[in-house]
Amino acid sequence: MSAETEPSVTVTDVELDAELTSTGLVASADEAEYALRIGDDSLILAQQLGWWISRAPELEEDLALGNIALDLLGHARNLLHFAGTALGKTEDELAYFRDEHEFRSAWLFEQPNGDFGHTIARGLLTSAFQFELYTQLAESSSPGLAGIAAKSVKEVAYHRDHAVQWTLRLAGGTDESRSRIERALINTWPYLDELFRDDELHERFDAAPRPSALREPVMNVLRQVLAEAELDEPKTSESSGDGRHGHHSTYLGPILAEMQVLARRHPDASW
Amino acid sequence: MATAGATGDEQWPMWEVFVRASRGLSHVHAGSLHAPDETMALRNARDLYTRRGEGVSIWVVPASEITTSDPGSKEAFFESPAGKNYRHATYYEKSQGVPHL
Repeated sequence: MSAETEPSVTVTDVELDAELTSTGLVASADEAEYALRIGDDSLILAQQLGWWISRAPELEEDLALGNIALDLLGHARNLLHFAGTALGKTEDELAYFRDEHEFRSAWLFEQPNGDFGHTIARGLLTSAFQFELYTQLAESSSPGLAGIAAKSVKEVAYHRDHAVQWTLRLAGGTDESRSRIERALINTWPYLDELFRDDELHERFDAAPRPSALREPVMNVLRQVLAEAELDEPKTSESSGDGRHGHHSTYLGPILAEMQVLARRHPDASW
Repeated sequence: MATAGATGDEQWPMWEVFVRASRGLSHVHAGSLHAPDETMALRNARDLYTRRGEGVSIWVVPASEITTSDPGSKEAFFESPAGKNYRHATYYEKSQGVPHL
């Protein structure tokens, strides 16, 4: 079909830019570092959730997980674009042409999909964290970060609801589903602690909530869900993960390889 | 109804979805979906039928709870009004001298 006869449905740069909330703002170095951290969280989780398309237990869950992945990708676009204004890079350059040690995602977001129970358990923890984070960040003195957080928090509220609903159902379903969600929570729980650790960035940058200040509200929500599901809080030791400084688990490399291979193979390709 | 997932091969029950596009309009049938229970059916309906901003309200109804007319008795059910124009208001002439009609 020639270009003349084909109905023109194209996504132009202009239309895509309109989806960005922070357009026109230039981030400071600290704002950029912070945006990379929470943007990489969402980017890596979005990439992982995409795997479920066509593989979820039902078509309806394919769509639910796919929708969540797309929401997260939107958040990541906004945050990486904002970070890029300080670094002189586009969001695509940041997503596709940084190497593993340059990523700032926390280990929880890199944990594998596992079975459906694992994906739900990981989603429960990530969404509970992101909900409290974005709720507080929406009040930030940084207009760039506050704008992105205010837009994202509504979607994250839905992600959290999805994870809570499924946690309750898996816990209250069959012996098999209950043992799987229990195991999944035990496997993901150690990665919570990293999300609540303050570091040198938070000593000098007060436009973002301190990670340590998020611990109590996040844990309260998680404990409520566990109580309703009649599950015990996992008693696990804490992971020493340090993704915020570029030290990653073995899982991140393969995720990045799959995500970046096409863009690196064809650097100037467009679609 | 068996617990969804208990045997691994049973289907989730079917739900019919009705979406109201905006205030003042009626809910209109949008389609159907599978879900393990009514709460998840509502969430699935949100993901399937309102992700492009189509609605302000959703109803989900168990498909098994809907009583339908029999497609085989179409003639008895739906062809009777044919030729009975007097059932339409427009069949009648307005009487002269009647105000406010």
